Amino acid sequence: MVKKRVAVIGAGITLFRRRLQETGKELSHYAVEMALDSAEMTRDDIESVVMGTAPDAFDGIHMKAENLLDGAGGARKPYTRVFVGGGTGVFAPIGGWWHVASGLFDTCLVVAEEKMSPCYPHPQTAFRTIWDPIITRPLEPNLVWIFALEMQRYMQIHNIPKEHIAAIAVKNKGNALDHPSAQLAAKITVQDVLDSEVMVWPVQRLDISPPSDGAAAMILASEDVARKYTDDPVWLDGVGWSLDSAYWTNRDLYFPEYVATAARMAYKMAKIHNPRKEISLAEPYDPFDYKEAHHTEGLLLADKGGAPKLTVEGQTFRDGDQPICPSGGLLGVGNPIAAAGLMKCCECFWQLRNEAGKRQVPKAETAVAQAWGDLMQIGTVTVFRR
Amino acid sequence: MSEKFKEFPGTPLSSRDIKSGKVLTFKWRPNAKYAWTVGIAYGRFLEELKNGRIIGRKCRECSRVLVPPRMFCEQCFRPTDEWVFVKNTGRINTFSLSYLDADARRIKTPIPVAVIDLDGASPGIGILHKLGNVDPKRIHIGMRVRAVWKPAKQREGSITDIKYWEPI
Repeated sequence: MVKKRVAVIGAGITLFRRRLQETGKELSHYAVEMALDSAEMTRDDIESVVMGTAPDAFDGIHMKAENLLDGAGGARKPYTRVFVGGGTGVFAPIGGWWHVASGLFDTCLVVAEEKMSPCYPHPQTAFRTIWDPIITRPLEPNLVWIFALEMQRYMQIHNIPKEHIAAIAVKNKGNALDHPSAQLAAKITVQDVLDSEVMVWPVQRLDISPPSDGAAAMILASEDVARKYTDDPVWLDGVGWSLDSAYWTNRDLYFPEYVATAARMAYKMAKIHNPRKEISLAEPYDPFDYKEAHHTEGLLLADKGGAPKLTVEGQTFRDGDQPICPSGGLLGVGNPIAAAGLMKCCECFWQLRNEAGKRQVPKAETAVAQAWGDLMQIGTVTVFRR
Repeated sequence: MSEKFKEFPGTPLSSRDIKSGKVLTFKWRPNAKYAWTVGIAYGRFLEELKNGRIIGRKCRECSRVLVPPRMFCEQCFRPTDEWVFVKNTGRINTFSLSYLDADARRIKTPIPVAVIDLDGASPGIGILHKLGNVDPKRIHIGMRVRAVWKPAKQREGSITDIKYWEPI
């Protein structure tokens, strides 16, 4: 089925900030230039382009992939947008993988962009339009409600203390101190998280990632073409994705079954039999601290309810047995939605190339990145190997 | 970020930079309006809410009673078979206290919200709604609650015909 093995040969990323002066096109251009330069390629070497960008409502530009095209290097090329809400950033390289693994193209430029700042005073207002208009919107929900409901269910089913969840925010914001693009890197304590403003209980200010602007890019190539550009390719050996029912009040939210389905698909493709042993580092999606734990379990890297303890015990730190979010994650680096997911894939690439500098995880051989979105519906998973 | 990169592009701005006119901005407010038909399943559901009753659809293949109702079973992928009234009581599956309104503005008195598993529907079949007439400290998973309806004359065929759910 897979005609060609797919390599990652370059990546780039802008600053992540609450507001950036550049337009989405300009940010896309920055990220693409960096990725091309790092692979020693030009736009002429690129045969196809995949754009991942999430809700149009944040930028306020309907069908914004077309607006971004020129900055993303897509003009007069086969150009496709992929979009699965918060899962988009990891779905974009999956889309790129289709292009190359199918044998249709030898190179694919993957770009992810998000500008949340145009929607003011707060991008939350745009989220009002995602609800079922007939039976949910009249209740005037806030998007954070559903995460708070999920977090409560997860914590109560497993009897997880809030302190253990907060330890994840402490770790990720601390890890981000070593990430030059980071928006919210900070040395904080568990007590700081517990004392922070209550947003939607049990979600507090420091449990949650910020709105951000930013862009990222990654270059994929078929094996033979990759070898022409680099002696040190990283392989995209497994991809998986799955969506669960939109009737989310009819599902038990304590476990993200759709993430597990996506992970099993990706692991099978990458021939990973024992993920806990075989995966050197993981970048699960962490727009909230509990989500990192929830997704670590969905990725089958911890027992159900067992993930928060791994951080409390220090196993998920960069020098631990199971490093999780060595980048600093969305909690620390920031959350320009699609760009945040691709940032996680970029982190896997740099870790496996041994280029992560202060963030470097020792002996990184295999890495998994994951994103999540919609109404707690989608899991997108990529497995990288050196 | 790769340690090979020495410069990281992007020009950060504060909200003051925008308000003070340090950078130029262009503002526009959409004025799109929508009128949705409620469809077949929600049509009956809302009609029954107006009557002070909660109705679901049953799939005979998997035996699930589904609320909110749909004319198809997404698991068996076949048409659902019959209308079934469920009770206006249930059990809290999960809950939250919101200190943010729908636009993320801070509010002083939190809104208690919950997923309520309905008596008479299949296990784990719940709806999103608000809680009321309850001490926030007493709310817990598994708490028994009942629907508090608006007076019949004020009902309009909306999920808000149920004012809130209160402890039994």
